Amino acid sequence: MSDVKNFFYVNRRAPYGTIYALESLEVVLIGAAFEQDVSLAFLDDGVFQLAKGQETKDIGMKNFSPTYKALGDYDVNKIYVEKESLEARGLTVDDLLPLTYEDADDDYAEKNSIKVVTAAELAQLMDQADVVLSF
Amino acid sequence: MKFSVLISEGPYTHQASDTAYNFTKAALEKGHECFRVFFYHDGVNNGTRLTTPPQDDRNVVNRWSALAKEHNLDLVLCVAAAQRRGIADADEARRNGKNADNIAEGFRISGLGQLIEAGIQSDRLVTFGD
Repeated sequence: MSDVKNFFYVNRRAPYGTIYALESLEVVLIGAAFEQDVSLAFLDDGVFQLAKGQETKDIGMKNFSPTYKALGDYDVNKIYVEKESLEARGLTVDDLLPLTYEDADDDYAEKNSIKVVTAAELAQLMDQADVVLSF
Repeated sequence: MKFSVLISEGPYTHQASDTAYNFTKAALEKGHECFRVFFYHDGVNNGTRLTTPPQDDRNVVNRWSALAKEHNLDLVLCVAAAQRRGIADADEARRNGKNADNIAEGFRISGLGQLIEAGIQSDRLVTFGD
Protein backbone atom coordinates (compact mmCIF):
# COMPACT_ATOMS: atom_id res chain seq x y z
CA MET A 1 0.00 0.00 0.00
CA SER A 2 1.61 3.21 -1.14
CA ASP A 3 -0.39 5.63 0.97
CA VAL A 4 0.60 4.34 4.42
CA LYS A 5 1.60 7.25 6.56
CA ASN A 6 3.11 7.49 10.00
CA PHE A 7 0.43 8.81 12.35
CA PHE A 8 1.89 10.09 15.59
CA TYR A 9 -0.51 10.80 18.45
CA VAL A 10 0.78 13.08 21.18
CA ASN A 11 -1.01 12.83 24.53
CA ARG A 12 -0.09 15.58 26.94
CA ARG A 13 -2.97 15.91 29.37
CA ALA A 14 -4.16 14.10 32.49
CA PRO A 15 -6.97 11.61 31.86
CA TYR A 16 -10.00 13.13 33.58
CA GLY A 17 -9.61 16.90 34.05
CA THR A 18 -10.50 17.42 30.39
CA ILE A 19 -11.94 15.20 27.67
CA TYR A 20 -8.86 15.31 25.43
CA ALA A 21 -7.44 11.96 26.59
CA LEU A 22 -10.68 10.06 26.05
CA GLU A 23 -11.39 11.65 22.67
CA SER A 24 -7.78 11.05 21.61
CA LEU A 25 -8.20 7.36 22.37
CA GLU A 26 -11.37 7.36 20.25
CA VAL A 27 -9.40 8.72 17.28
CA VAL A 28 -6.68 6.11 17.75
CA LEU A 29 -9.21 3.26 17.83
CA ILE A 30 -11.07 4.49 14.73
CA GLY A 31 -7.80 5.25 12.99
CA ALA A 32 -6.53 1.72 13.59
CA ALA A 33 -9.01 0.48 10.96
CA PHE A 34 -7.19 2.49 8.28
CA GLU A 35 -4.04 0.32 8.43
CA GLN A 36 -1.65 3.20 8.88
CA ASP A 37 1.64 3.14 10.78
CA VAL A 38 0.58 4.35 14.23
CA SER A 39 2.65 5.54 17.18
CA LEU A 40 1.47 7.03 20.46
CA ALA A 41 3.47 9.31 22.73
CA PHE A 42 2.65 10.17 26.33
CA LEU A 43 4.34 13.14 27.90
CA ASP A 44 3.75 15.90 30.43
CA ASP A 45 0.64 15.02 32.49
CA GLY A 46 -0.30 12.66 29.65
CA VAL A 47 1.79 9.97 31.37
CA PHE A 48 -0.98 9.74 33.99
CA GLN A 49 -3.29 8.36 31.28
CA LEU A 50 -1.37 5.09 31.49
CA ALA A 51 -1.19 4.97 35.29
CA LYS A 52 -2.19 1.70 36.93
CA GLY A 53 -5.02 1.50 39.42
CA GLN A 54 -7.22 4.34 38.18
CA GLU A 55 -10.36 4.66 40.30
CA THR A 56 -12.96 7.13 39.08
CA LYS A 57 -16.11 6.15 40.96
CA ASP A 58 -16.02 9.19 43.24
CA ILE A 59 -15.81 11.67 40.36
CA GLY A 60 -18.68 10.04 38.48
CA MET A 61 -16.69 9.46 35.32
CA LYS A 62 -16.04 6.27 33.43
CA ASN A 63 -12.61 4.75 33.96
CA PHE A 64 -11.55 4.26 30.36
CA SER A 65 -7.98 3.16 31.13
CA PRO A 66 -8.70 -0.56 30.50
CA THR A 67 -9.22 0.39 26.85
CA TYR A 68 -5.49 1.12 26.48
CA LYS A 69 -4.87 -2.58 27.05
CA ALA A 70 -6.86 -3.35 23.89
CA LEU A 71 -4.53 -1.26 21.70
CA GLY A 72 -2.25 -4.25 21.06
CA ASP A 73 -5.18 -6.11 19.50
CA TYR A 74 -5.59 -3.19 17.08
CA ASP A 75 -1.92 -3.44 16.03
CA VAL A 76 -1.16 -0.25 17.92
CA ASN A 77 2.03 -1.33 19.66
CA LYS A 78 4.47 1.57 19.45
CA ILE A 79 3.79 3.43 22.66
CA TYR A 80 6.42 5.91 23.75
CA VAL A 81 6.50 7.41 27.24
CA GLU A 82 8.76 10.35 27.92
CA LYS A 83 11.38 9.62 30.56
CA GLU A 84 11.60 13.20 31.84
CA SER A 85 7.84 13.43 32.33
CA LEU A 86 7.78 10.21 34.35
CA GLU A 87 10.68 11.33 36.53
CA ALA A 88 9.23 14.79 37.15
CA ARG A 89 6.10 13.12 38.51
CA GLY A 90 7.87 10.51 40.61
CA LEU A 91 6.69 7.67 38.37
CA THR A 92 8.49 4.70 36.89
CA VAL A 93 7.42 2.32 34.15
CA ASP A 94 6.24 -0.06 36.91
CA ASP A 95 3.51 2.46 37.78
CA LEU A 96 2.08 2.14 34.26
CA LEU A 97 -0.42 -0.33 32.83
CA PRO A 98 1.32 -3.34 31.32
CA LEU A 99 0.56 -2.84 27.61
CA THR A 100 1.48 -5.73 25.38
CA TYR A 101 0.88 -7.11 21.89
CA GLU A 102 1.32 -10.40 20.12
CA ASP A 103 4.09 -10.21 17.54
CA ALA A 104 2.81 -11.89 14.36
CA ASP A 105 6.36 -11.98 12.99
CA ASP A 106 7.67 -13.85 16.03
CA ASP A 107 5.23 -16.74 16.51
CA TYR A 108 2.78 -14.43 18.31
CA ALA A 109 5.11 -13.97 21.25
CA GLU A 110 3.72 -11.48 23.77
CA LYS A 111 5.82 -8.33 23.77
CA ASN A 112 5.87 -5.05 25.61
CA SER A 113 4.35 -2.09 23.72
CA ILE A 114 5.69 0.61 26.03
CA LYS A 115 9.08 2.11 25.44
CA VAL A 116 10.47 4.83 27.69
CA VAL A 117 12.33 7.43 25.62
CA THR A 118 14.02 10.74 26.33
CA ALA A 119 12.62 14.06 25.15
CA ALA A 120 15.37 14.20 22.53
CA GLU A 121 14.47 10.75 21.20
CA LEU A 122 10.80 11.72 21.18
CA ALA A 123 11.62 14.82 19.16
CA GLN A 124 13.34 12.64 16.55
CA LEU A 125 10.36 10.29 16.35
CA MET A 126 8.02 13.25 15.97
CA ASP A 127 10.22 14.65 13.24
CA GLN A 128 9.83 11.42 11.24
CA ALA A 129 6.04 11.42 11.47
CA ASP A 130 3.82 12.33 8.53
CA VAL A 131 0.79 13.32 10.60
CA VAL A 132 1.08 14.57 14.17
CA LEU A 133 -2.13 14.79 16.17
CA SER A 134 -1.68 16.43 19.55
CA PHE A 135 -4.30 16.13 22.27
CA MET B 1 -0.31 22.19 -1.71
CA LYS B 2 -3.27 20.18 -0.48
CA PHE B 3 -3.95 20.73 3.20
CA SER B 4 -6.57 19.91 5.81
CA VAL B 5 -7.37 21.64 9.06
CA LEU B 6 -8.27 20.24 12.46
CA ILE B 7 -10.00 22.61 14.89
CA SER B 8 -10.23 21.36 18.45
CA GLU B 9 -11.62 24.32 20.39
CA GLY B 10 -14.96 26.10 20.33
CA PRO B 11 -15.58 29.68 19.20
CA TYR B 12 -14.86 32.79 21.27
CA THR B 13 -13.35 31.13 24.36
CA HIS B 14 -10.34 30.20 22.26
CA GLN B 15 -8.75 31.88 19.28
CA ALA B 16 -8.19 28.53 17.54
CA SER B 17 -11.17 28.83 15.19
CA ASP B 18 -10.34 32.46 14.29
CA THR B 19 -6.75 31.58 13.45
CA ALA B 20 -7.81 28.50 11.51
CA TYR B 21 -10.26 30.63 9.52
CA ASN B 22 -7.61 33.22 8.70
CA PHE B 23 -5.14 30.48 7.76
CA THR B 24 -7.62 28.64 5.54
CA LYS B 25 -8.80 31.82 3.81
CA ALA B 26 -5.24 33.00 3.15
CA ALA B 27 -4.13 29.58 1.87
CA LEU B 28 -7.10 29.34 -0.50
CA GLU B 29 -6.48 32.85 -1.79
CA LYS B 30 -2.88 31.83 -2.49
CA GLY B 31 -4.21 29.01 -4.68
CA HIS B 32 -3.73 26.08 -2.31
CA GLU B 33 -6.33 23.36 -2.00
CA CYS B 34 -8.21 22.56 1.21
CA PHE B 35 -9.28 18.92 1.34
CA ARG B 36 -11.28 19.22 4.55
CA VAL B 37 -11.82 21.20 7.75
CA PHE B 38 -12.55 18.83 10.62
CA PHE B 39 -14.02 19.95 13.94
CA TYR B 40 -13.33 17.86 17.03
CA HIS B 41 -13.61 18.19 20.82
CA ASP B 42 -15.34 21.52 21.62
CA GLY B 43 -14.54 22.52 18.05
CA VAL B 44 -17.93 21.11 17.05
CA ASN B 45 -19.47 24.17 18.71
CA ASN B 46 -18.27 26.15 15.69
CA GLY B 47 -21.05 24.49 13.73
CA THR B 48 -24.27 25.59 15.47
CA ARG B 49 -26.44 28.16 13.71
CA LEU B 50 -27.87 29.25 17.08
CA THR B 51 -24.70 31.19 17.82
CA THR B 52 -25.65 34.85 18.33
CA PRO B 53 -22.67 37.06 19.13
CA PRO B 54 -23.08 40.81 19.80
CA GLN B 55 -23.57 42.77 16.58
CA ASP B 56 -20.25 44.57 16.85
CA ASP B 57 -18.34 41.26 17.04
CA ARG B 58 -17.41 38.77 14.33
CA ASN B 59 -19.73 35.82 13.76
CA VAL B 60 -17.36 32.87 13.81
CA VAL B 61 -19.97 30.37 12.62
CA ASN B 62 -21.39 32.43 9.74
CA ARG B 63 -17.89 33.26 8.61
CA TRP B 64 -17.11 29.55 8.16
CA SER B 65 -20.43 29.02 6.34
CA ALA B 66 -19.63 31.86 3.95
CA LEU B 67 -16.10 30.59 3.29
CA ALA B 68 -17.49 27.12 2.64
CA LYS B 69 -19.95 28.49 0.12
CA GLU B 70 -17.35 30.57 -1.65
CA HIS B 71 -14.74 27.79 -1.93
CA ASN B 72 -16.90 24.66 -1.78
CA LEU B 73 -15.18 23.70 1.50
CA ASP B 74 -15.91 20.43 3.28
CA LEU B 75 -16.68 21.38 6.91
CA VAL B 76 -17.10 18.23 8.99
CA LEU B 77 -18.21 17.95 12.61
CA CYS B 78 -17.26 14.73 14.42
CA VAL B 79 -20.46 12.84 15.17
CA ALA B 80 -19.41 11.49 18.58
CA ALA B 81 -18.13 14.88 19.73
CA ALA B 82 -21.26 16.58 18.35
CA GLN B 83 -23.64 14.17 20.11
CA ARG B 84 -21.91 14.82 23.45
CA ARG B 85 -22.24 18.57 23.00
CA GLY B 86 -25.72 18.82 21.56
CA ILE B 87 -24.95 19.60 17.93
CA ALA B 88 -27.32 17.83 15.53
CA ASP B 89 -28.48 17.87 11.94
CA ALA B 90 -31.96 16.69 10.98
CA ASP B 91 -30.90 13.04 10.67
CA GLU B 92 -29.04 13.03 13.98
CA ALA B 93 -31.96 14.73 15.73
CA ARG B 94 -34.37 12.11 14.41
CA ARG B 95 -32.09 9.21 15.24
CA ASN B 96 -31.57 10.42 18.81
CA GLY B 97 -35.18 11.42 19.44
CA LYS B 98 -34.51 15.17 19.69
CA ASN B 99 -37.08 17.78 18.72
CA ALA B 100 -34.66 20.17 17.03
CA ASP B 101 -31.46 20.40 15.05
CA ASN B 102 -28.99 23.24 15.06
CA ILE B 103 -26.31 22.57 12.47
CA ALA B 104 -25.17 25.64 10.54
CA GLU B 105 -25.20 25.98 6.77
CA GLY B 106 -22.26 24.40 4.98
CA PHE B 107 -21.41 21.97 7.79
CA ARG B 108 -22.03 18.24 7.84
CA ILE B 109 -21.77 15.60 10.56
CA SER B 110 -19.66 12.51 10.00
CA GLY B 111 -17.28 10.10 11.69
CA LEU B 112 -13.70 10.28 12.92
CA GLY B 113 -12.63 8.31 9.88
CA GLN B 114 -12.96 11.59 8.01
CA LEU B 115 -10.13 13.02 10.13
CA ILE B 116 -7.87 10.04 9.44
CA GLU B 117 -8.72 10.24 5.75
CA ALA B 118 -7.82 13.94 5.78
CA GLY B 119 -4.43 13.01 7.26
CA ILE B 120 -3.87 10.40 4.56
CA GLN B 121 -5.06 12.47 1.60
CA SER B 122 -3.48 15.83 2.46
CA ASP B 123 0.11 16.99 2.18
CA ARG B 124 -0.31 18.70 5.55
CA LEU B 125 -2.84 18.40 8.36
CA VAL B 126 -2.70 21.59 10.39
CA THR B 127 -4.10 21.59 13.93
CA PHE B 128 -5.57 24.64 15.64
CA GLY B 129 -6.18 24.00 19.32
CA ASP B 130 -5.34 25.03 22.83
